[in-house]
Amino acid sequence: MNKAIVLYLHVHQPYRIRHYTIFDAGHRHDYFDSAYEDDTSNERILRKVVEKCYLPTNQHLLKLLNENPQFKLSLSITGTVLEQLERWAPEALKSFQDLVSTGRVEIVGETYHHSLAFFYSRSEFEMQVDMHRRKVEALFGQTPRVFRNTELAYNNDLAYWADQMGYKGILAEGWDPVLQWRSPNFVYQPTYTENLRLLMKNYHLSDDIAFRFGDSNWAEYPLTADKFSHWISEDPTGTNINLFMDYETFGEHQWHESGIFDFLAHLPKEWLKTEGHSFMTLSEAIDSFEPVGYIDTPQTVTWADTERDLSAWLGNPMQSTAIESLYKLQPKILEAGDLALIEDWRRLQTSDHFYYMCTKWFNDGDIHAYFSPYPSPYEGYMNFMNAYRDLQSRLIEKGVTV
Amino acid sequence: MLGWELPPHNSGGLGIACYQLCKTLSRRDIDIEFIVPYSADHGIDFMTVSAATPQGVKSISQSGFTYDSFKYTLEDGSELWLSMHDQQARYEQAVAELAATREFDIIHAHDWLTFRAALRVKQQKNCPLIAHVHSVESDRAGSKHGNPLVQEIEALGLTMADRIIAVSQHTKRAIMDDYDIPGDKIDVVYNSIDPKDMEPLDSQNVYRYLSLMKSLGYRVVVNVGRLTIQKGLPNLLQAAQLVLQKAPKTLFLIVGSGEQYYELIRQAAALGIGEYVLFTDFQRGKNWRDAFAIGDLFVLPSVSEPFGLTPLEAIGYGTPALISRQSGVSEVLRNCLRVDFWDVQEMANQIASVMQSDELRDELWSNAYKEYVQLTWERAADKMKTVYERHLATEGA
Repeated sequence: MNKAIVLYLHVHQPYRIRHYTIFDAGHRHDYFDSAYEDDTSNERILRKVVEKCYLPTNQHLLKLLNENPQFKLSLSITGTVLEQLERWAPEALKSFQDLVSTGRVEIVGETYHHSLAFFYSRSEFEMQVDMHRRKVEALFGQTPRVFRNTELAYNNDLAYWADQMGYKGILAEGWDPVLQWRSPNFVYQPTYTENLRLLMKNYHLSDDIAFRFGDSNWAEYPLTADKFSHWISEDPTGTNINLFMDYETFGEHQWHESGIFDFLAHLPKEWLKTEGHSFMTLSEAIDSFEPVGYIDTPQTVTWADTERDLSAWLGNPMQSTAIESLYKLQPKILEAGDLALIEDWRRLQTSDHFYYMCTKWFNDGDIHAYFSPYPSPYEGYMNFMNAYRDLQSRLIEKGVTV
Repeated sequence: MLGWELPPHNSGGLGIACYQLCKTLSRRDIDIEFIVPYSADHGIDFMTVSAATPQGVKSISQSGFTYDSFKYTLEDGSELWLSMHDQQARYEQAVAELAATREFDIIHAHDWLTFRAALRVKQQKNCPLIAHVHSVESDRAGSKHGNPLVQEIEALGLTMADRIIAVSQHTKRAIMDDYDIPGDKIDVVYNSIDPKDMEPLDSQNVYRYLSLMKSLGYRVVVNVGRLTIQKGLPNLLQAAQLVLQKAPKTLFLIVGSGEQYYELIRQAAALGIGEYVLFTDFQRGKNWRDAFAIGDLFVLPSVSEPFGLTPLEAIGYGTPALISRQSGVSEVLRNCLRVDFWDVQEMANQIASVMQSDELRDELWSNAYKEYVQLTWERAADKMKTVYERHLATEGA
C-alpha cells in the first residue's frame, strides 16, 4: 500500500526581552540585549541550542539525505532565528543551507517575526510574510509555495488569503472537532478556496515523538523506529502521515540522552523497508494526492495546549492588553519612518512574548514554565510593557502624539 | 501548649497562628491546654485556656502589645508594672506551679518568650519538648546582632528541645545558621490562613479619601504591619519616591505602629513625598480589613520575615501582593511578585508596573485568589500530629 511520511519541522527562536524596567524606558532602547550570563540572553540561548540541537540534528539529517535518496523533509525557519544564526552561529546557518542544497528539503513560508499579525493587522502580516519570503530566497534560493501561520493558527480567513496569494498548500492542526470523523492522513481542501490544499498534523503520532518520546512513565516507552514504523503501517487509512513538530524536539526538548537521535537515524530505513512506503515534502504530497474532501474551520485552531486555540497567547487580560497596545502603535511607528524603531516594534510582535505571560499554570502550565526565561508570567508582562513604553517615548521624542 | 498571646488579645501574627493551629489540632482528638501569661476572656471552646498567674496576684493585663509591659493587680489592690523579662520569670514560675497539678504527654512551646518555662517543665516532668519557632532574634533585629539575652534563651531552648518546628524554610535556615542546630532536628510546618475565618468586608470602605482619589485615577499601595526594623519600611519609602517619578498618581497607605513610626514619617517628608504617604497608626477590625481592601497592591518589604501572614490576608481582601524574597510566605504563594528587600529600584519598577496596569493587578490577584481559597490549616495540623505521634511512640518504647 502506498503511504508517505510527510515530516515537517519548525525552527524558531525569538528575541527575548531582558529585565527591562520603567527606569530604562525612554533612556535605553536595548530591550533585546541581555548580559551574556542572564537567562534572557539571546546569544547564550542560541549558542546552546546550536550546540545541543541544530548542529547535531542537521548532521544526522544530512547523513540521512545522503544515505537514503528517498528521504525528504520540509522546514520552516523564522526570520528572527535566521538573523540570530547569521550573527552568532554562521556555521549552523550553513548546515541548514547544506540540507536545502540536496534538493530534497522544502522551505515553508510564514511571518518573518513569528507574529500573530494576521489577527491584528492584515497589512503588517503581509509585509512580514513578504520579508520572510525575501529572506528565504536570499539564503536558500527557494520561494515558499506552502504556508504555515505562527503557532499553526489557522481558520477559513487565512486559507482564503493563502489561496488568493497563490500558495498551493497550507498547514493546520489535525484537531478532532475540525476533522470530526475524518482522518488527518489525507490531503484536504479548505472551504471557500479554489486551488489551495490543506495538510493537517497527525497529532497523536507527532506528539509520540515530540512530547512522549523521553517519558519513561509512558506505556510505550521506549519508542523505537521499528515500533513507530509498524504503528503507521498498521493504520489502514490514509495516504500521507503528517508528522509536524518543533525542530527543537531533537536534542532540546528531547535530550540527546533520551535516544532521540538514534530514533531519527533509524526511522527512514525502517520505514522504507516496506514496498510502497516513501517520504514526501509538503508540496509533493499535495501534488501526489487528490483532496478527499473539504474542511471548514470558522474558528481559529492552533497546535498548542489541550484547547488548541489562541488562549495560551491571548487568553488573559495582560496578554490582550499587551498585544492590542502594540498594534495600536502601527500607523505612528510606520509613519515615523525610523527603521530601528520599526524593527524593535516588529520584534515585540513575536508570539513568544505573549506566551511568556500565560498564567494557565495548573494544567498545561508546566510546558509554559519550561519555555519561559522569566520567573513568572508577571515579569514577562512587566518587561514587555516597559519596552512598549519605550517605543512610545521614542515616538514622543520625534514629535508624534501617542 | 505554652504561648504568649491569643486573639483577640494579640498584637500580631503569633497569636493568630497559635489560635488557628490549636483549633485545627483540636479536631484531631488532641487535648490542648494553652497557657498564656495574662488572664482574659478569649471566647475559646475547643481547648482550655489557662492563665499562668503567680500566687498573690488577682489579675494581669497587657497594657498594649507583646513587647510592652504587663500590669499586675495584686491581692491587696496594689499595682505592679513588669518588664518583659520580669514577666517571663514570673511566667516560668507560674507555669511550673500549674504544670505540677496537670497530666500531659507533650510540651509544645511557642517562641523564645515561653522557652524558659518550657525547659523548667521538661525538667520537672521529663516529657518531650517541642519548640515552635515563629521567629528568631536575628529576624526581629533585622541583622545577626540581636539582643544577646534573648539569643541565650533561644540557644538553650533550641538545644534542649526534643524537636523544633519552623514556620518556613527561611526560618529553618536561620535556626541552623544562628544556633548551629542540625537540620534534621527541624521540621517545617508552614503557617496558613483559613479563608472561612476571615471577617467579610462590608460595602462602604472606611478610607473615604482614598476611594475618592481612586475614582480620580489614583492607585494605592498598602502595607500593614509593625513599624519595626525587621519589616523594611524605609526601603519601601525610598521605592515610593522612585515610583512617584513614573506613576505620579500613586498613594501609599502605611497601617501600623512601632518604634520606627516617627522616623518613617520624617523620612517620607524628607524624601519630599509626604503628601503621598498616609500613616494611620495601629488599626483593628474594619479599619484593618478595609486597609487591605482599598489597596491595588500590598507590599511586604521585610528584611527578614519568618512567615508573613499579611500578604495572604491582602489577597483574601482582594489585593495582590509584592513580597520580599526574604519572606517565608513566598515559599507557599506562587502568584505574587517577588523582590529582594534591598533592591529598591526593582521594588519601584514592579510597583510602578502594577500602578500603570490594572490588567496586571487583576490577573495577579485572580490567580493568587485561586491559591488562597485552597489554603487551610489542615496540612499543618496533620504534620504537627505526626510529630506528636513520633515522640509518643518513642516514649512508649
